[in-house]
Amino acid sequence: MKKRFSMEHLDCANCAAKMEAAIQKLPGVNHAAVSFMTQKLTIDADDSRFEEIMDQAAAICRKVEPHCVIKR
Amino acid sequence: MGKLTGSQRRDLSRILAAAVLLAVVRLLPDLSQPLEAVCYLIPYAIVGWDVVWSALRNLVRGQVFDENFLMALATVGAFFTTEYAEAVFVMLFYQVGELFQSYAVDRSRQSIAQLMDICPQWANLEGPDGTVTQTDPEEVPVGARIVVKPGERVPLDGVVEEGTSALDTAALTGESLPRTVGVGDSVLSGCVNQSGLLRLRVTKPYEESTVARILELVENAAERKSRSEQFITRFARYYTPCVVLAALALFLLPTLALILLPQAALPAFLAGTGWSQWLHRALVFLVISCPCALVISVPLSFFGGVGGAGRCGILVKGSNYLEALAAAETVVFDKTGTLTQGSFGVTALHPAEGVEPHRLLEYAALAERWSDHPISQSIRAACPRELDASRVTDVREQAGYGVEALVDGNQVLAGSRRLLEGRGVSVPPSELPGTLVHVAVDGAYAGYIVLSDLPKPDAKGAIARLKALGVKKVVMLTGDTEEAAAAVAAELGVDECHAQLLPGDKVDRVEQLLAQTSSKGKLVFVGDGINDAPVLTRADVGVAMGALGSDAAIEAADVVLMDDKPSKLAAAVGIARKTVRIVRQNIVFALGVKGVVLAMGAFGVASMWAAVFADVGVAVIAILNAMRALRVERC
Repeated sequence: MKKRFSMEHLDCANCAAKMEAAIQKLPGVNHAAVSFMTQKLTIDADDSRFEEIMDQAAAICRKVEPHCVIKR
Repeated sequence: MGKLTGSQRRDLSRILAAAVLLAVVRLLPDLSQPLEAVCYLIPYAIVGWDVVWSALRNLVRGQVFDENFLMALATVGAFFTTEYAEAVFVMLFYQVGELFQSYAVDRSRQSIAQLMDICPQWANLEGPDGTVTQTDPEEVPVGARIVVKPGERVPLDGVVEEGTSALDTAALTGESLPRTVGVGDSVLSGCVNQSGLLRLRVTKPYEESTVARILELVENAAERKSRSEQFITRFARYYTPCVVLAALALFLLPTLALILLPQAALPAFLAGTGWSQWLHRALVFLVISCPCALVISVPLSFFGGVGGAGRCGILVKGSNYLEALAAAETVVFDKTGTLTQGSFGVTALHPAEGVEPHRLLEYAALAERWSDHPISQSIRAACPRELDASRVTDVREQAGYGVEALVDGNQVLAGSRRLLEGRGVSVPPSELPGTLVHVAVDGAYAGYIVLSDLPKPDAKGAIARLKALGVKKVVMLTGDTEEAAAAVAAELGVDECHAQLLPGDKVDRVEQLLAQTSSKGKLVFVGDGINDAPVLTRADVGVAMGALGSDAAIEAADVVLMDDKPSKLAAAVGIARKTVRIVRQNIVFALGVKGVVLAMGAFGVASMWAAVFADVGVAVIAILNAMRALRVERC
């Protein structure tokens, strides 16, 4: 399943790149892209574990940039 | 200068306050050591507390090479080497850079958002009893009747049932000339109704309407990253740790050597130096170790390029395709409907001796007065005057051959060579390309009319501009006859032309051309999107032209030209070249300056001031340069 989410308080371009790299490494994620310019996360991941993966992705974002939230 | 957001205004006032305080402290008479440090700490705390705080917090979370951490370490380190003013100044400058960055990014986002502000807010749904209610476009069903008032945006794709008006399609196509529509014409969502009231029958639900599809495309574009973007993020991942480790080595190795080796055994570059000098050099490294300038300016440039192209009615599905367009080496055009108009027009009149050209055309047009054949229609369209239908009698049409009729009492034959020769009229040989209509009046040969598929008015200019932009080879593919294709190819300045191709052959030809293209060059295929989906996907960049309203083409293509002008392709390549040029400039400039300052820093020549320029100054310049990509002079 492929979905797109808005992100809030994504303030640095390098952080977006770090998040993208980390989310892409999550098991079950086929493809992930974090766009700093459009402040969006596009994620393509296993249907069955989608919510779980999204929780992990949100945790990654918080770790890289504490204010950053994925709007779900 | 535009509006600052709340947090940007707060940052600005902090920066100004700290700057004033720094100046005041600088002007104070000489202070004793601890007092001086405290005085400098005040502006430092004002401008940098959040950086230090984030650094500590991220450190706890295990984010070591975070830019806040690097800046905090560098400035705190500078404090320890008693370079107070430098420490405050570096932090101050860093914050100026951050503020500028966020302002510039906001500005670009806004201008793209405005550009893509084609989303209708509501639809005026007309009920069966004639009452009009404002409804969310997503809730309007297919087949419903909607009213579009002058000044409003068309919310859904539909067909005009009542009214005529001029539509401004600029938001979709970049075309400034309004399009006139009347009853029966189809109208695309996103256009602005300029003059009259229109009643439309909705033909597509919102999700499938043109507006929704365009927005979807633009949103998706950000996720397909170009090779440069991928390179730069990968580079940043290694760059920062490497520079930080180098800084550590730069401090530790000489310091250890100074402690362990006897004075006499010290190498020349170490003699007479102390540990604090090496620490200072290491701090210079830390300040330069942020990859911000690159990481932000490269996507910003592509974002601007894709946005600028969008403003011209060129939808690029991702920055990777913009990058590929910039490397276009071979451009392959499908002929009919792409380079040519796809309809026949009279291109020449060749009357026999003693026959007036206009008489030839008039006889043919009259004879074909009642025919629906496209050729007949073109001949009639070429006639300057309205023809009196009563002059024609006894019309007999022979499918595939032509027409026989009595015009003003004279027997007229108009059609193929075979038709005339079948009636005993001798037809002189002719070898012109295109479709010929021979005419005989009362058994005597009167001449022939040449019809061909006319090139679009801007086709020749587009090809010339593509070549000027550095495209090496322009190829034309067509299913037409050799002669017709060769004539168009010669007129337009196409380098290579392959005629009499079946749809399947086009893929093979493109495969061959791909094999001939150099490893760095890209092959661009331009088609009208009908029946050429396999070729569109096979080419490095598939461009669908005039794709407004054609779902299959939008799906298969990488770049979508909203109207059917070949000049838009040249514009797209121009925009792509410019964007990639800006990206290259930024990469070379930023890496160059950082490299030079790093080298100078290692030898102790570069000061903290130079380092802060290499970091923040370069970022600001790179961003300003990147913002140029948004500006598109001509479409």
